[in-house]
Formats: sequence, C-alpha cells, structure tokens
Amino acid sequence: MRLGLVIDLDTCVGCHACAVACKEWNTSGTTAPLTDYDPYGAKPSGVWFNRIRHFEVGDYPYNKTINFPMSCMHCENAECVTVCPTGASYKRAEDGIVLVDQNKCMGCNYCSWACPYGARELDRVSGTMKKCTLCIDRIYDMEIPEEERQPACVLTCPAHARMFGDVDDPESPVSRAVRERGGYQLMPELDYNPTNHYLPPRVHAPIPIEELKKKAVRKVKEWVNRVVER
Amino acid sequence: MHPALAVIFLTLFSGGGFGIMALTAIANDFQIDGGLNPLQTMIAVILSLVFVSIGMLSSTAHLANPKNAWRAFTRWRTSWLAREGVFAVLYYPFAVLYLLWVFFTSGTHDVAGLILLNLAGVIGLITIFCQGMIYAVLRTIRQWNTALVPANFYVMGLAIGATVLAAERIIMGAPAGTLVGIALALLAASAVMKGIYYFWISRPGGPTIRTATGFNRSTVRILEQGHTFGTFLTEEFGHSLSAANARSIKVIMYIFAFVIPIAALVIGIVTGQSAFAWIAVLSVVFGIGVERWLFFVEAQHVVNLYHGRQQC
Repeated sequence: MRLGLVIDLDTCVGCHACAVACKEWNTSGTTAPLTDYDPYGAKPSGVWFNRIRHFEVGDYPYNKTINFPMSCMHCENAECVTVCPTGASYKRAEDGIVLVDQNKCMGCNYCSWACPYGARELDRVSGTMKKCTLCIDRIYDMEIPEEERQPACVLTCPAHARMFGDVDDPESPVSRAVRERGGYQLMPELDYNPTNHYLPPRVHAPIPIEELKKKAVRKVKEWVNRVVER
Repeated sequence: MHPALAVIFLTLFSGGGFGIMALTAIANDFQIDGGLNPLQTMIAVILSLVFVSIGMLSSTAHLANPKNAWRAFTRWRTSWLAREGVFAVLYYPFAVLYLLWVFFTSGTHDVAGLILLNLAGVIGLITIFCQGMIYAVLRTIRQWNTALVPANFYVMGLAIGATVLAAERIIMGAPAGTLVGIALALLAASAVMKGIYYFWISRPGGPTIRTATGFNRSTVRILEQGHTFGTFLTEEFGHSLSAANARSIKVIMYIFAFVIPIAALVIGIVTGQSAFAWIAVLSVVFGIGVERWLFFVEAQHVVNLYHGRQQC
C-alpha cells in the first residue's frame, strides 16, 4: 500500500483552505503544535505542512494561472529518511507514509536540505523538524465515520481538487485519475519517485475572440474610439 | 543556502585539525626536515585537537534540539552525517593516546607511537571524506552534488594543516624547508581545485521551474509565493549572491586563502621571522573560512524554483 494525494490543477482555485484546514487539524495532532512566530505583527511566519504557490503558465494571450498546492510527497526514494543521522525520520513500510519521530529529532535541518519539495519545516520552539503526516491520526481513526477517514486538506477542499488514496492499487480512484488524466510527478529527473501526483489542466476549446469583434456594438465602439480624440 | 557560522566552522576548523594530524603523521613517518621533536609534536597534536573541538562544538550550536545529539551516531548505515560523527569521535582516543605517549616516553616515531599517530591521521582523513559527502550526496543542490566537494575539503584541510605545521617550525626556529614546500604545493593545489570547482558549477544544469511544476513546454513564472512574510524555506534556502559580488568576494578569498599564505611562508622561511608565519596561519584560516561561506551562499536549493527562480 502506498498512500498519497492526487491534486487536480484544473479545478484548484487557490483558496488556501487546504492549508488552513491542515494547520487547524495538525496544530493539535501528533506533531503538534505548528508554532506561529509573530502572528499578528509585522513579520508573520510559522510552521505549515501545506503551502500553495501561484504560477502563470504560458504567454499572453495563451497564459493561465495555475494554483499549486504542495505538501509532503511521501516519496518512494525518500532521501530525507536516508540522510537522517538520528533515525527520527522514517518511512512506514505498511503504507509508505514518511514521518518524523519528534522524540528523536535533534533539529539539524539536514532532512530539509535533502527534500526537493520544501515539505519539511523546522519548528523553532520545539527545535524539531515537522512535516505532513497525511493526517495519520485521522485516516486510521475507527471512531469517526468512514467517509471522514481522510486527510483534513482533502475533506475541506471546496473544489474537490484533492484526492486521497492508494496509488499502488491500479483500480483505486486516485490511480484511475492519474491514468486517465495524465497525472505526473514533480521533478522526476531527481528520481525521488514521489507518491503524490498532479493532474494537468484539461484542454478546453479556445474562446473565439475574433468573432466577438464582428458584433455591431463592438464596431460602433471602435468607430467612436477612432473618431473622438481625447 | 543560509551560511550558518556553526556549519562553516565545523568543516573549516575540523578539516584544518584533521589536516594538522595527517601532516604531523607524514612529517614524523618520514622524518621530514628531521621530524618533529617531542615538544613540537605535542603542540601540533594539541592544535589539531583544539581545531577539531572548535569544529565539533560549533556544529552542536547548529542543532535546534541538542539534547538528542547523541542519537546522531545511530544511523551510520545510511547517513553520512552519522558516519562523520562516528569517525570524529573515534579520532579523539587515538589523538589523545598519542599525545600521552609522546608526553611520557618522548618517543615521537617509535613503532607504538607511529601506530597511534597514523591511525589518528587516517581516521581524520576518513572524517573529512564523510564531511564532504554530507554535501555531495544532496541531489537537491547542484553546486554541492559533485565529487569535487570532498576533493576540495581534502586538499584545503591538508593545506591548512601543512601551513600550520610549517609556521610552527618557523616560529620555533627549526628547519622547515621541506614542510614549507609541502604547504606551498598544497596551497597551490587548493587554488587550482577551487578554480575547477567554480568552473564546474558555473554551467547551468539540473531541474528548472518547468520540471518543478510539470509544465515542461511552456514558460512558467511565479505570481505569488503564497505567504505574506518569510518562511523556514526562504530563510534556510533563499540566500543568494549577485554575480558581481560573488566575483569580488572570490578575489578576496583567493588573496587571503592562497596568495598571502604562500608569500608569507616564503618570506618567513627566508627571513626566519615568526611574524610572517603567524600571518600565514591567520590568513589561510580566514581565507578558507570565506571560501566555506561562499560554498554555502552560492548553493541554490531546488525549492527556490517554487519561489520564482527559473533555474538553480
């Protein structure tokens, strides 16, 4: 079993709700707290397991805004684990989740150097490295309804842009989505083999802007613009 | 990368300390310039221990949670950082035993002494290799992911060691011709190796913002980093240096690390004035400290691609 996330870049609206839900759940979870520094001051900062960047892809007029949520990819070749000198970083054999044992970590930052995806952040207050746990304290909790046994970010996403499941099972919804939508891994050339996959934006028929110009109202407007001098 | 002084001091001073031990072993093995007498040997070994200890102690200052530092010896099967710790600690008993041996027997190059000395020297050299590999294994940082990194750590550690040993002989008025020659050769080799390294990392390569986002056939630009102020990632990895600044700092580095020590050692051996020997030592330590600072600041982690860099 290889648990991870599949993120749909077509539907992600970049609202940061996943990051907020993650912070809310995990600040009282297994690696709690997610310390904030100067939260109401001039330089607010703090520990987050999930960060959303926004990119512009392509050149005008064929450009597009891509909202890009990133958290731990739970890599198959997790070098953050092999470089760890204390054994605090480990990858679970049963489901592939990468975790940090907060009681063993000495806060040397070396694992964060080895991670290409910026998934690990040092908590200055506890002095330990913290990272996405894939909400391990939710997904195996038999006390909550089965449909809620998913990571907080997945449950909260209003655009259903996040999916959680087993990418090892070829018939799981995540595997099917990756197969059908051409899901890909980030920076495959580094050979970390991340579990999380990203679904590229769907290709839509272009909006015919040339036809819009032919409409009468537009013609009048253009004529007025030409005639009236400012 | 953030140029943390604690980590700069670790490789600078412990590398120099292991270099002193290795050069002491070579000098006493082959009785170079008549070999070191017991007093000179003890001073050299104590200097080596002090240098290594400065490095080790400052490295613990880098830890955010040092109470777990003892665990860092446990994962030597996979982690070069753990291996470095194991060998650095293993160095101490051999170095201290040799120091005691010389102190009580005054025998600098009898069989038992030489066994202890050479073991300490070899363990030190292995530790330098482990230190280099800590950086060289990281595929996330192109400027570090090269065999030139441990090679540079070696030649510079040995250059510091040879400079310290030659200076010690000049200051104590002992013949130092061959030791100065070794120091000059190692300093020149360091300068050349560093030049090769700078040539190597000046070529662009590795992941780009396109492969980082998966949009391999489009231009990709950052619109928003998604945070109002800095994060751990920008603090740790966000440092860089403009090309013009890097060039002028490299010139300063070359002057202090190689030109001044070479000139000072030559003047020192010719005139026999100990002031030049002191200048050589201080200059080489400062210069290679600047080199180590550049090593960190110039390293561009691939996570910077997610903060807007097109290439690392």
